[in-house]
Amino acid sequence: MTWSIGIDVGSVSAKGVIFNGEKWDYIVIPTGWMPRQAGKEVLDQLLRKADIGLDNVGIIVGTGYGRVNLDFTHKTFSEIVCHARGAHYLFPQTQGIIDIGGQDSKAIAIDSEGKVKDFILNDKCAAGTGRFLQVMAQVLGYEVSELGERCGTTEPVEIGSMCAVFAESEIIGLLAQGVSQERIVAGVLLSIARRVGTMAAKLNLGPHVTFCGGVAQNQVLQHFLKEHTGWEMEAPEKPQLVGALGAAIIGYELCGGGK
Amino acid sequence: MRAKTMEYFDQLIPKGMVLAKEAKEQGKPVVGYYCVFSPIELIEAAGAIPVGLCATKQEPIAEAEKILPRNLCPMVKSSFGFAISGKCPFFHFSDFVLAETTCDGKKKMYELLSEHKPMIVLDIPNSATLEDLNEHWLKQIYRAKEYFEKNLGTEISREKLREVIKVYNEERKLIMELVSLNKHHPTPITGTDLLKVLWGRSFQFNRQEFLDQVKALITELKEMVANGQFSCSPDSPRILVTGCPTGVGQEKVMGIIQECGGAVVLQESCSGIKGFVDLVDEAKDPFLALAEKYNKIPCACVSPNKGRLSLLSKLVEDFRVDGVVDITLQACHTYNIESYSVKEHLRKNHNIPLLQIETDYSESDTEQIKLRVEAFLEMLK
Ligand code: SF4
Ligand code: SF4
Repeated sequence: MTWSIGIDVGSVSAKGVIFNGEKWDYIVIPTGWMPRQAGKEVLDQLLRKADIGLDNVGIIVGTGYGRVNLDFTHKTFSEIVCHARGAHYLFPQTQGIIDIGGQDSKAIAIDSEGKVKDFILNDKCAAGTGRFLQVMAQVLGYEVSELGERCGTTEPVEIGSMCAVFAESEIIGLLAQGVSQERIVAGVLLSIARRVGTMAAKLNLGPHVTFCGGVAQNQVLQHFLKEHTGWEMEAPEKPQLVGALGAAIIGYELCGGGK
Repeated sequence: MRAKTMEYFDQLIPKGMVLAKEAKEQGKPVVGYYCVFSPIELIEAAGAIPVGLCATKQEPIAEAEKILPRNLCPMVKSSFGFAISGKCPFFHFSDFVLAETTCDGKKKMYELLSEHKPMIVLDIPNSATLEDLNEHWLKQIYRAKEYFEKNLGTEISREKLREVIKVYNEERKLIMELVSLNKHHPTPITGTDLLKVLWGRSFQFNRQEFLDQVKALITELKEMVANGQFSCSPDSPRILVTGCPTGVGQEKVMGIIQECGGAVVLQESCSGIKGFVDLVDEAKDPFLALAEKYNKIPCACVSPNKGRLSLLSKLVEDFRVDGVVDITLQACHTYNIESYSVKEHLRKNHNIPLLQIETDYSESDTEQIKLRVEAFLEMLK
């Protein structure tokens, strides 16, 4: 049986997926300072987990910003194409992807075969990326992963600043005024949902959209995005794995689909 | 594989400086201009040398920002910076400058520049549907004619102008023939080399020598095609570049497209074929013919700018283009806004995708551009 491996080395974590046409398994580890080493570690762990040797692997496909550092991959593809394939595999009816990553956020329009039709990226300004959430969570003394639980269904406070740096001081001001932390957290999530939603609206994705990236499981953020765009949002169980999965699927097809 | 004749064009711009200096020493006047709307045949017919001053380098921008706002198109800042810092020999050698009222950034920059150099600013209407467009332009052509005659102490006769128009038309036809060789797949010449020829044109003042070299290049490229030698691989997606002018020194985005495996087939913008594609009508009165040619330049400063859409329609079909990259400069409102119309036009009528890259002259966004270009090329395959 032929296996393919997709490795997605991002700025925060390195993810790997191993795939044989039917089932897949994964590994996630922190990227740390050495993207190459992290990628190699992911590969070794995947092989151990699947209990196979490298000679059972038909192809290794790299993606993510650290892919250039991986000298053991056979092919590399951009995150955009890999996300499209991964999301299409998980949700065949999906027409688009919204991904909020640590460094950038993106919207991708895909056709019925999982091919990219169009895409748009924000990597110039922190305000529309996971970085914004990180900075805001820090000010409030939370982890990004807790933000969802920290606001419940409270009325979000309006955060006007478009820039991460200004928003930070705005929040400090709001705290000083005695605005509740819950409302501020909700406000932060609403603000990023609006930014990313507006970017995605340029591509006219809907109505079936896959929400990826580390914060996609955040129910409140999902809800705000849904409200802002009017689209149905589905988040995979492991939303940060979509890129690596897509890379593994593309690889599987390239090496002849196990035949 | 690269044509050997390209070595001549590699040297054009560096050599141009020497040529301008020599011409100047021999008492030949030099007139600078910035824009494809400039009727440069008039300059040549007045016995002066036209030189393009439109700047594409990052270097003088810091100097320019001492006076100009930061949030301004890099082309305006670079041009201004070069001019006031005395670092552009062409500006230095220019007796005066032929400017024009196109975008707001340039218009206001010219006001400041006029303190450093005498200039005539052509009044170019921003409306493409102006009722008396031809008459308006004709008046401007005559204004320029009188200004040149007065300041250069010459007379621009109809005969002389006709002669120049003929030579310039000849050149346009040849350049379009050269560009048309890239209808072939794979392409015989890269987009960045084509740019070198088209941009370099303004730095060679001996028109006959330039014509001969373009002819030699065409012959060589034809031989390459016959021998199966090309500038890209057979699976390279064919890319048309449009948008703001991106001249030599600003090939960043085109370089990335080529590096990532795309073939830049041609450039529609002002640094590409925009000024070459239409001829001046030799059968008409030469002044009127100039007015009619130049008022049809399909620039985003003009509204509505339907000419650009129809030109693009023709080019994407003729050159069997797979994807269009629209390079827009930061703070260039006209081209940034028009990008949407161009994208929709290509999607609806040709099912061709467009990637907009908004950039400036610095290298800081190279990786970000690469990411987009790679994904775009993968998407086309
Ligand atoms: S883009 Fe417009 S304003 Fe700029 S050089 Fe071309 S014609 Fe002139
Ligand atoms: S690129 Fe745009 S803003 Fe810059 S000079 Fe040309 S028209 Fe003006």
